[in-house]
Formats: sequence, structure tokens, C-alpha cells
Amino acid sequence: MSNLPDQANCEREERLEHVWANLPGWGALAAVNHTSVGLRFMATGMVFFLIGGVLAMLIRTQLALPEQEIIGASVYNQIFTMHGTVMMFLFAIPVLEGAAMYLVPKMLGTRDLVFPRLSALGYYCYLFGGVIILSSLVFEIAPDAGWFMYTPLSSHTYSPGPGSDFWLLGITFVEISAISAGVELVVSILRTRANGMSLNKMPIFCWYILAMALMIVFGFPPLILGSVLLELERAAGFVFFETVGGGDPLLWQHLFWLFGHPEVYIIFLPAAGIVSTLIPVFARHPLVGYRWIVLGIITMGFISFGLWVHHMFTVGIPQMAQAFFSVASMLVAIPTAIQIFAWLATLWQGKVVYHLPMLWIIGFLVVFVCGGLTGVMLALVPFNWQVHDTHFVVAHMHYVLVGGMLFPLIAGFYYWLPHVSGRMPSDKMGRWGFWLFFGGFNVTFLLMHLTGLLGMPRRIYTYEAGLGWDWLNLVSSIGGFIMAIGVAVIIVDIVLHFRFGRRAEQNPWCADTLEWAIPMPVNAYNFSSLPNITTRHPMWENPELIESIAAGEHGLAEVQNVRRDIYGSDAVTGKVREVVHLPTNSWLPLLTAVVLAVVCISLLIKAYPVALAAALLALVLVLRWGWDNCAHPRAAPVREDDPVDPPLHSRTCDGPGLWGMVVSLMANGTLYVSLLFGWFYLWTAAPQWSSPEQGRVALIPMAMSGVLLSLAVMIYRNAVAGLRKGQADGLTLKLWAAAALGLVHWCVLIWILQTSELQPTELAHDAVLMVALYYLLLHSGLAVIFTILQALRVKLGYVGPELPYEPVVIQPFWVYTFGVFWLSFAAFLLLPMAWGA
Amino acid sequence: MLGWFSLVLVAVIMLWLYAIRRSPGATSEARARQVQKRWIIWGGLVLPITSMAVILAFGIPAGHRMLPLPLDEGEVLRINVTAHQWWWEVYYPESDITLKDELHIPAGVPLDLHLTSADVIHSFWVPRLGGKLDMLPGRTNVLRLHADEPGTYRGQCAEFCGTQHAHMKFTVTAHSPEDYQTWLRQEASDE
Repeated sequence: MSNLPDQANCEREERLEHVWANLPGWGALAAVNHTSVGLRFMATGMVFFLIGGVLAMLIRTQLALPEQEIIGASVYNQIFTMHGTVMMFLFAIPVLEGAAMYLVPKMLGTRDLVFPRLSALGYYCYLFGGVIILSSLVFEIAPDAGWFMYTPLSSHTYSPGPGSDFWLLGITFVEISAISAGVELVVSILRTRANGMSLNKMPIFCWYILAMALMIVFGFPPLILGSVLLELERAAGFVFFETVGGGDPLLWQHLFWLFGHPEVYIIFLPAAGIVSTLIPVFARHPLVGYRWIVLGIITMGFISFGLWVHHMFTVGIPQMAQAFFSVASMLVAIPTAIQIFAWLATLWQGKVVYHLPMLWIIGFLVVFVCGGLTGVMLALVPFNWQVHDTHFVVAHMHYVLVGGMLFPLIAGFYYWLPHVSGRMPSDKMGRWGFWLFFGGFNVTFLLMHLTGLLGMPRRIYTYEAGLGWDWLNLVSSIGGFIMAIGVAVIIVDIVLHFRFGRRAEQNPWCADTLEWAIPMPVNAYNFSSLPNITTRHPMWENPELIESIAAGEHGLAEVQNVRRDIYGSDAVTGKVREVVHLPTNSWLPLLTAVVLAVVCISLLIKAYPVALAAALLALVLVLRWGWDNCAHPRAAPVREDDPVDPPLHSRTCDGPGLWGMVVSLMANGTLYVSLLFGWFYLWTAAPQWSSPEQGRVALIPMAMSGVLLSLAVMIYRNAVAGLRKGQADGLTLKLWAAAALGLVHWCVLIWILQTSELQPTELAHDAVLMVALYYLLLHSGLAVIFTILQALRVKLGYVGPELPYEPVVIQPFWVYTFGVFWLSFAAFLLLPMAWGA
Repeated sequence: MLGWFSLVLVAVIMLWLYAIRRSPGATSEARARQVQKRWIIWGGLVLPITSMAVILAFGIPAGHRMLPLPLDEGEVLRINVTAHQWWWEVYYPESDITLKDELHIPAGVPLDLHLTSADVIHSFWVPRLGGKLDMLPGRTNVLRLHADEPGTYRGQCAEFCGTQHAHMKFTVTAHSPEDYQTWLRQEASDE
């Protein structure tokens, strides 16, 4: 492309702005752009952080002196439960997701995330879910069973009020946003990098986010399943966690910590990613041991799924298991130490320039290493028996979470502020904020280790005088308030800087990553043209990129047919493979989230018919949303001047949609495996497990129904195989046939469910079986609906041999449905028979 | 353990601060690589692995000693403790004594507490006598307790169990073996 004259370039950029900008006024609510959505995530998260902080202040006020009655026991229990819940689920994870959503496309050299409407849906689910959960606090009916909701305390018998329902439903609602962000980030990082950005040239931050996103995909489903089961137990009386009938309260603990431990690393990894990004910039030296760190990130991800039991050392599990999980827990220290020493080596080799973000990084190091070391101590079983559930653990986890997450996050805030505002933060006030916060934090929590060693349990709303805890608690409370002042100073600093900050020059910290090639403050389309990448440090080795990108000298400089276009690239090499056309602003995510909020609220007030109707409406909205894809006139209808090399993604067989489907099915599969785990766990470990004398489900009809499903999948696969070869013979017929067979299979399933004699409120065996059957029913039903819509789309010309994209995306869903059906058949029906015989 | 960890903490922080202040000077590419590798291998692999090996070498036997294994000779005294919201029911199966919120034991003798719960999950904990163990409905966990000296010890519930969790306390009185026998006789005659 030649150098355009200034005037023409301005007009070109105006056209880009026109296509990529949000709608004006209230229309901003329809925004799907990752910059807007990411910033909204972070701003909302900060508000929730302040609310969680106020709750913490209330806790410290109550505990400041012994035998105080400022807050009664029941309100105190609500407050500490909500403090944990808000900080974990409404602050830590969403803020980091927001930061990742904002930064990742900019670092990858592209214009948006790959499923923009999903970003918006995730945001609204998060916002509404958060508001629903917090509303319980206003009515003083907040959950009060602790943020990990141990049954049977959280069950209907011991928590009859709606508090636990708020937690279970609200958190599950919020989790939609986590899963959607997880799927979206994985696919975006793997499939939309700048041309030539192979995996080993990817900024280290994106490696961390890739790991985090994958961990979300595998980590959240067990909690979602647990929440669904517990809510079913509370609302419908199903037996899962009650000992009577064959349930087990420990199943909840396993499901919760299967999620809960990886969650700590889901929080830590992106924060560590910020550290790994900032240190090389301020050391003026490339990150030492890039490969080591990538390896460390991956090992960390794997190990973190193998040590959930260390939260359960005191429930009385076998010694061998304890030794195993104890060693596994300590192993995490290795990848952590590798990162710490790689950062150290980077500082060692480089010449450090000292700025405010560095101060927070040093704060991170001090606090986090301390928390890590107490963590290794906790992994030691006998020590754990002593300090488990004391204030020692409270101190430890605040060191790890505040040290490992909040310090790097604030470092990151200061570092990327100029990117958003175009202004520099103030050094002086920032320092005040840091020292107040850092000092206050250590005053609060360092001594709290001792409080715990002296035997003060956690979660008590008051304590007697004279046990040696008095002065420790008072000092902790004073420290807490100093910390709060620190937060206030930081907020004032950040707010003022938007008005008074010194204007930032381009790339103010002399960073090496691509987000700094974007003009500041940031625009709607990020890059005016999409560059080729040949190095891991593009801004250090090719600083002229700033000018050449702005001048439109690289790819996709011109808007085509008012489409939002980005490049889709190869997952490993980063070579451009297709042009991905993204959807524009849409109200559907907001509408869908509103309807889902209606589902959530009507479940809370037990208006089940309303909930069902709203759920169906949500499904319709989602299908409506999927309708505007591919060759639909509002997406990318077939035109004479469609690009051929690279082609539009909707003309290929391997676009991001397929990747999105596969990653979603990985999350879904984890949910299913968690259910299988629950089945086998209860079967083998529940103290009063019993299975009915004879099978509750008619075996022969079930097998026949499975044969019908298998036939449907075969026909569907045959249709897709034809499409891939470019043949359209009988495509519509095959799709209709698959849908019809699937429908008959679905009806047989319904009949089986109707005629079965399941007693889910009596037996855990039947309750699990029933959930499994409904799970199969849901999947078969969805597969049929998708296929019918595909058949209609073939007729309308949105799908066909030139446009094979969508049927290819749906194929894994059919295969998955087929897989879980036969797996369920074997695990839930055949295996118990074989065992009994 | 605490000393070693504090040392590691201080050392790592000092190293970082030194690394930040230090000016690197000109080194060859090969030399730089060597230095980097050394940091990562010694700090990232050797340090944590040896530390863990040492801790486990001490920790696993220590944990093993705390298990309710059968004694070399004689029977272990058995006491059943059932937790309720929010009180403790103590039962001596051998002498059919029931107590509330207090536990009397002989000092210098190991004994087994059979722990269970009548409602939600609680956790039995006497900080000065040893580790804690959860009390779960439908299950029985066995805690080996050993009071070296006669005296009174404070115990409390360590797993959050509802509104009055903070007040779910009990006392343990450890008697010398003779006093314990006297106490037993007294209690039995009172029943």
C-alpha cells in the first residue's frame, strides 16, 4: 500500500471510526467493543471493591475490642460472608477479566475480541448478578453461611431464609460472564493474533491470560454444578448433600474446592502477567527466561487442579491422600519460585528506571513472597491441623490475594492509565497512597498470623477479653483503617489525574508491546492498519510502527462494505488465514441479560412458571442473535468483491466459531464430568448410599432412543462431510432427517422420564440420575433446534457449499450429545447393573 | 521452619532491592545467559525443592505420630463427642456418663475422641492440646488426644456453624490418673 496523503488518511480513519464506534447517547448500552466492555468491567469491579472494603471495615470495627455488640452475630455472619463473596466473585475475577479483555486484542495487534456480543452479554450478566446479590444485603437477608457455603449449614434445614438462594443463583448468574470471557479469550488469543505473531513471539501477558482463560473453562463448571445441585436440594428437596437418602455434605466441599483452588490461580496468573510485563519495561531489558516462565505458567495451571483437598485436611481423610495432596500443594512453590527468580534475573541484568508502578511491584514481591511461604507451611498437614480455620489462615490468604492480585493490579492501573486517559499519573500523591496502603496492610495482617497461632478461630463475631488477642485485634483494626485511607488517596489521585494529569507522550514508559502503538487516548478501532510482527518486542525493535500503522501502511486499512474486519490467524504460526468479520453494536446482549435476570429473580421468589417462560425467551433471544451471522444481509452477504486471499471466515470450514464451540464444549464436558464424579463419589463414599432394588429407567427404550440419536449424528456428519467437499446434494434433506430423528429420540427420552419411577427427594441415586436425564434432554433438544434452523438457513441461502461455516460449527455439538448419551448409559445404567449382578 | 522461611523472605527481598539498585555494566551475551540460567536453576528449582524435602522429612513423621494408631499394649480410652448447634455432648461409653460442654480426661495417657455431629459441620479444637478435626453428620472421625500435664484447657468450635458459632466453647480438665479415677467414681454415683 502506498503512503496516502494526510487528507485522505484522515478520511480513511473517519470511516474506520464510523464503523467501529459505539452508538451515541443511550446507544452506548448496545456497545460490544472490547475497549468499552473491558473498561466497564473494571469500573464496575472497582465499585464492588469499595463495597467489599466497607464490609471489611465493619468487620474490623466489630473485632477491634473484645465482647463488643456493635454488630449482632447474625448481621456479622452476613457481612463476612458477603465480604468474601464480593471480593472473590464480584471484584477479583471480573476486574482481571476486564483488564484482559481491554488489553489482549491491543497486545495481539487486532481490533476486537472475536465474539464481541458475548463480551457484552458477560458484562451485563455480571452487573445484574452483582446487583441481585448485593440487594440481599440491603434487605438484611444476605447469605450468612460463609463464602464457601458448606452444607448442611447452607441447606434448607439450617438456612431456611433466602440468603443461600441469593448466593447460589446470583453467583451462577455472574459465572456466565466468567465462562464467556474464558471462551472468548482462549479463542481470541489462539486465532486472532497479528500476522506473524507466532506463539513464541506472543507477549508474555497473553500467555498468562491464555492459561487463566483455560483454567476458567475447566475450573468454574464444578462450582456451577455444585450450585445447581444445592439449589435443587434447597428448592425441590432433591437429595445430594443430605446424609439421609445417600447424599454426602463432603461432596459439596469437593466440588467447591475443585473450583476454589484453581480460582486462586485464576486470580494470581493475570496479576503475575502484569508483573512480567512491567518488570522488563522498567528494567529496560527483555524478560529473562521467557520459555521457563511459559513452562512455569503451564505447570502451575496443571498442578492447581490437583490440590483442592488441601482445604479439607481436617475433615478426616486418609493419610495417604493427605500426604499426596500435601506434596502437590508444595510443588506449586516451584513454578512460583521460577517466576520470582526470573524477575529477579531481569532486574539484575537490566538498568532499572524507577517509576510509581515499580513501587507497587516491589510491594507485591514483599507481600506475596510472605504469603507464599506461609502457604508452604499450611501445606504441611500437622501444622495445618493446628492453624486451619484460624486467623492465621485469614492472614495467609490476604497476603496471597492482596499481595498476589491487588498490588500488581494497582501497578497495572498506574501503568496503563495514560493509555486510557492520555495523561500521566502524579508521582507524589501516588507514593502517599502506596505507603499508606502498604503500611496499613502489614499492620493489619502481619500480626494476624500471631492472633491465629494464639488460637483465635476465624468467623467469630466476638471474643472474650484476656485470651491475649485483645491488643492484636485492636492493632489489626487500626491498620485496616490506615489501609482504607490509602485506598481513598489512590482513588482521589486517579480521579484528579483525568483532569490535571500531565499529557502523556506516545509510549510514555518506552514499553515493548503493541498496545502502545495506539494513539492515546485510545480510539474505537485500536489499529488504523494491522501490522506484521517479526519480533517479541515490536515497539523496541520497530518503533516506527507508530507512524506506519497510523498512516495505513499495513493490513485491512480500508473499511469494506461497512464491516468490522479483523484478521484470523493460525493458532501456532500466527500467519493470516482469513478475514474475520465481527458483528457491530447490538441490543441483544443487554436484552438477553435482562431476561436472564428475570429468570434469576423469579427463581429467587419461587415463581417457577415465570422462570420457565423467561428461560425460553432467553433461548429465543440467543437464537435470534445467532441468526445475524455469516451470509445474513446484516453480516456478510455474498458479494462480487468479497476478498479471496485471505477469504472471509464465514466462507471457511475452520473459523473462530468452531474453536469457540470446542472450547465451550470443554467447559460443558467439565460440568458433565463433575456430575459423573459426584455419582461415583456418592456411590463409593456416602455413608448411607443405597440404590433401588431394580433399575428405575427402562433400559430397552433408552437403548433404542440412543440408536436413533446415533443415526441422527451419522446423517449430520455425512451432510457436513459433503459440505466440506463442496457438495450440496440433498443437504436440506439430510439436515431435516437428522433433526427429525433427533426429535423422535428426544420424545422417547421424555417418555422414559415420564414413566420412570425416580424418587429424587428420597434417594440421592435417583436425584443424580434425574439430573443426568435432564442434561441429556437439554442437549438433544438444542441439537435438534440448531439443525432445524440450519435447514432453514440453507433455504434462505445463508448456508451452502460456498458457505459451509455454520453446520461445521454445530457438528461438535452433535458429537458431544452422542458421547454424553452413551457415556451416561454406561455409567448410570449399565455399570450399577453389572455391579449389582 | 519459621526461622528458615523468614530468612528466605528477607534474602529474596534484599536480592531484589540489590538487583534494582545494581548497575549491570557491560557483560557479554554468553556471560549474561549463564548468569540468568544460574538464577533460575538455583533459585527457581534447587531452593524450593530442597526446602520442601526438609519440611516433609520432619512433617510427615510428625503427622504420623498424631494418628489414632493402636497402642503397643492396652486399650485406648474412648470418649464420644457429638456436636450440636451450639453445644457439645460428651459421652463416656465405658462408664455411661454424659456431660455437656465439658470434658474430663486423664493426663499423660493417650485417648481417642470419636467425633460426630448431630446437625451441621463443626470442628473440635483444643488449641493447646493439638490439631483440630471436623465433626460431620453421618460420619465419625477419631482424634488422638494427649494431655501431658494436668490442668484446664480451653476448647472451641473451629468450623463456622451458624449464629452462635463464636460462643460454642467447652473446657477440658485433665486430671492426674488418681484424680481421674476419683472423678469417675463420683460422676458414676451421681448418675
